[in-house]
Amino acid sequence: MIKTEHLSKRYETLTAVDDVSFEVQPGEVLGFLGPNGAGKTTTMRMLAGFITPTSGKASICGHDVETDTLAAKANLGYLPEGAPSYGEMTVRSFLEFIADLRQLRGEHRAKRLAYVIGRLQLERVLEQTIETLSKGFRRRVGLAQALIHDPPVLILDEPTDGLDPNQKHEVRTLINEMARDKIIVISTHILEEVEAVCSRAIIIARGRIVADDTPAALASQSRYHNAVSLRLEHSEQLAAARSAIAALPGVAEVEMSERDVRLTALPRAGASILTALNELATRQGLKLKELHLESGRLDEVFRTKTA
Amino acid sequence: MANVGIIMRRELRSYFATPLAYVFILIFLVLANLFAFKFGNLYERGQADLQPFFWFHPWLYLFLIPALSMRLWAEERKSGSIELLMTLPVTLWQAVLGKYFAAWVFTGIALALTFPIWITVNYLGSPDNGVILAAYIGSLLLAGGFLSVGSCMSALTRNQVIAFILGVVVSFVLLLAGYPAVLDWFSSWLPQTIVDAIASLSFQRHFDSISKGVIDIRDILYFAMLIGLFLVATAITLDVRKAE
Repeated sequence: MIKTEHLSKRYETLTAVDDVSFEVQPGEVLGFLGPNGAGKTTTMRMLAGFITPTSGKASICGHDVETDTLAAKANLGYLPEGAPSYGEMTVRSFLEFIADLRQLRGEHRAKRLAYVIGRLQLERVLEQTIETLSKGFRRRVGLAQALIHDPPVLILDEPTDGLDPNQKHEVRTLINEMARDKIIVISTHILEEVEAVCSRAIIIARGRIVADDTPAALASQSRYHNAVSLRLEHSEQLAAARSAIAALPGVAEVEMSERDVRLTALPRAGASILTALNELATRQGLKLKELHLESGRLDEVFRTKTA
Repeated sequence: MANVGIIMRRELRSYFATPLAYVFILIFLVLANLFAFKFGNLYERGQADLQPFFWFHPWLYLFLIPALSMRLWAEERKSGSIELLMTLPVTLWQAVLGKYFAAWVFTGIALALTFPIWITVNYLGSPDNGVILAAYIGSLLLAGGFLSVGSCMSALTRNQVIAFILGVVVSFVLLLAGYPAVLDWFSSWLPQTIVDAIASLSFQRHFDSISKGVIDIRDILYFAMLIGLFLVATAITLDVRKAE
């Protein structure tokens, strides 16, 4: 379990993290969201024991990060922001170095090394020095390093930054696989990632927690929650359809995009408008290419919460 | 203790993974021999000892050691790898000692590679090898002293050039404090006890007595305390500034 109580970090002129309290249980994947400079990295660094909180407490699996530091660190796999490592080392010797400091010995060490190398597809670059690797490979080396001792808690600061879509997918699959019995905290500003891997999201702005819920519940706070989006076959029907939809009782607002011939009808609070729209389309003879109900847009919630 | 060894081995391997190690050793060997023969008249003196060789070690170390130690912490902070190291289950002290010992072992290797000059004097005459051994120990301690200063200066900044300059300046002060010209100047306006205190802080004085073959426990203690002091300063500096 990860637990923080009133965690704060103040610098001379700036409060980077301000009274942050939360708990994360095994099986949860917590997404840490927030604009750049909101305090995500500072919070993660305090959890990892790299910087000391000004006030408040944090613990990893019951070990206080300040008073029982080594035990807390031993239970933690940490990927620092930017995945720093020793550039002049080869991937193999770097991972062996980490394995040694993680007290892995003998057969177990060999097995864990083989596992992370295989899982993150590092076989091809094992004998290359890290400074010659692409950004994507460096990130994977950083992830391998964090996973090598099979820790119960993983804290990953922007784990998919710099990866191509295939690699992103691969890392998300990995996180989903590990999610069952571990505690995972990731920070990201890619919102689709939150929906893809996180069971819970905390939005943090100016050092404070401004939202803490499941991604679906957060998205449902969006004005697009239960909005209906339709794409028309013929662009000349767009204007007429728009005014007809706007006249429907449950519809609060209609947004129009001429580029992809799309109308988005936003419902009044609590109203359900899908059936009404469907009927309207039949009545007016609108040729639909697509019709779907939106569950809400996380990016819009994110902007509202952090503005 | 195992962690100190693991960190030390990683550091040492890193030295040899880049040209740094080879360039350093080459320059050290060339300069050490050049100074000994050219300016120390090792050969012309006609004495079977290595005094002229060891005379110049403090001056060699003054520039070469900060060049070696400047990267110790400045590079870790610049590249961000310090965040990785400090979030692994190691203590700050294990990291400070591991990196420091790696640098010290490395200078030990460079020093050991001067062995041909020892073979030479043994071939040409019959020197007192006990004195030579003492001088080698003194030189190693001296290098350790310079390195501890350099480690502390490197922890102060993320810029290696600044770490180098600070290292040279602080070492220079510690070195000069023992020179007669400097001490004369001090004694013109300071009481003798303070002048003696300044002199006793100097690298030079303690190195001189060891390199003459006198291994005095006070000289050993001086280096041990100096090294300990600067390593404590390194650890405190890192604790405060590692995340900046």
